[in-house]
Amino acid sequence: MSDHTTLITVNGKTEAHAIEPRLLLSDFLRHELGLTGTHVGCEHGVCGACTVLFDGQPVRSCLMFAVQASGHEITTVEGLAQSMDNLHPLQQAFWDAHGLQCGFCTPGILMTLLPFLAENPQPTETEVREALSGNLCRCTGYQHIVDAALLAARRMEIGN
Amino acid sequence: MKPAPFEYIAPTSLAEALTAVHKHGSDASLLAGGQSLVPVMNFRLAQPAALIDLNNIPELDYVRREGNGQPEAASGHLHIGSMTRQRTLERHPLIAQYAPLLHEAMPYIAHPQIRNRGTIGGSLAHADPAAELPVILLALDGRVQLQKSGGARWVHGRDFYTDLFTTARAEDEILTEIELPPLPPRTGVAFTEIARRHGDYALSGVAAVVTVDERGICTAVRLVYLNAGDTPISATQAAALLVGQAASEELFTAVAHTAQQEIAPTDDIHATAKYKRHLAQVLTMRVLQQAFTRAVSA
Ligand SMILES: Cc1cc2nc3c(=O)[nH]c(=O)nc-3n(C[C@H](O)[C@H](O)[C@H](O)COP(=O)(O)OP(=O)(O)OC[C@H]3O[C@@H](n4cnc5c(N)ncnc54)[C@H](O)[C@@H]3O)c2cc1C
Ligand code: FES
Ligand code: FES
Repeated sequence: MSDHTTLITVNGKTEAHAIEPRLLLSDFLRHELGLTGTHVGCEHGVCGACTVLFDGQPVRSCLMFAVQASGHEITTVEGLAQSMDNLHPLQQAFWDAHGLQCGFCTPGILMTLLPFLAENPQPTETEVREALSGNLCRCTGYQHIVDAALLAARRMEIGN
Repeated sequence: MKPAPFEYIAPTSLAEALTAVHKHGSDASLLAGGQSLVPVMNFRLAQPAALIDLNNIPELDYVRREGNGQPEAASGHLHIGSMTRQRTLERHPLIAQYAPLLHEAMPYIAHPQIRNRGTIGGSLAHADPAAELPVILLALDGRVQLQKSGGARWVHGRDFYTDLFTTARAEDEILTEIELPPLPPRTGVAFTEIARRHGDYALSGVAAVVTVDERGICTAVRLVYLNAGDTPISATQAAALLVGQAASEELFTAVAHTAQQEIAPTDDIHATAKYKRHLAQVLTMRVLQQAFTRAVSA
């Protein structure tokens, strides 16, 4: 089927791309743009590893076609840190609180927590667990992820 | 695990979309939030030749309350555009105030990331018997509007669901609007469900809408169940036991018992039919207690 011309903004950079309609947004980010931070676990919306921000809101990139992102803004995990040695406070909190082991789930979790913490700067542990209910982690048992989220919330509050 | 090729059509108005649906007929699928359709395309369980994307049609995204500029008009029906996101409904003040049952059920639907894309129209059209929104449509006695090029019709929720994943919608029709009538005075609502994990499709769930008179006697009630048959199941015999009666533990027990016999759940990998009936019975007691209490204080 014929390619569609699109104009997609990813991590602040807007580019034109000719895209085959059936290309998933997750595969577009990984294969066309080389942004392999967005992970793909299940491709049916269950695991949350592929979560990115679509116009600021967390969505499953495996359940959207890249053509649908034309005219919209995507933020991936690569958009968080200013540089390799200057992590986003949320990432730094995950580092400090051991919020990851293998790291497969981490990008989806960060992209879920970022808008959550912006809306709920002082969340309770229950609210954090609720917010993370759509992200699976096979390593950590979640406790350190929750700790990291709460640590990030405290630091980001102070930072503001 | 990748969708088969398809032609992508992205209309920017309802009129354009209706023309496209008319032209492509059964070769095309409508794409709303994609949260049910894209998974089955990824697995190639669905391979539509064309997708008509409804996401660029702002005229299908709204929540309005009738009343000709008198927002307090008691007759106000709620009108919801089919492409309104589930997340929008969850947070909408008109929904919280005038459709508290819908408001209460929203957080049970999947996860925030799914609700950010998933739409009310997509969920209603998808007709999964385990889904929450079809149950709420029936419990609130709502209707859906179906449009095709050159015509529109309204179908009551109770007539819309005809079979498993099957509705009264014709292939060339688009579900465009949901209409919910206002709740009568002294009406209490409640919804609850049991799922294996939060956000999963539920094993059992029930919505109750109870109206009482000044003396607390029940005058009308609807009890609707999810995952209890091929469609949302309204337990009319159980509900009839309540009419003309005052709330009591014994009455609720009898109603819950009748309801669990009236529904028709089946065994699946998550639970036996027997267990689902048991859950339905327990949940019926809970929603009745809650809905009656709320009705009396409404
Ligand atoms: C991990 C996960 C968990 C989920 N858990 C739940 C849950 O607990 N409860 C629940 O209810 N749902 C759940 N869902 C499904 C979710 O709510 C979907 O959003 C919903 O079922 C479909 O809505 P959609 O807008 O995404 O529709 P789509 O997936 O785009 O479409 C679904 C079907 O409806 C048709 N359709 C869509 N819009 C229209 C229209 N306007 N007119 C006519 N036909 C139309 C499409 O052609 C398609 O056949 C879950 C989904 C995922 C991925
Ligand atoms: S890969 Fe998208 S949710 Fe699992
Ligand atoms: S850290 Fe390994 S899956 Fe979460």
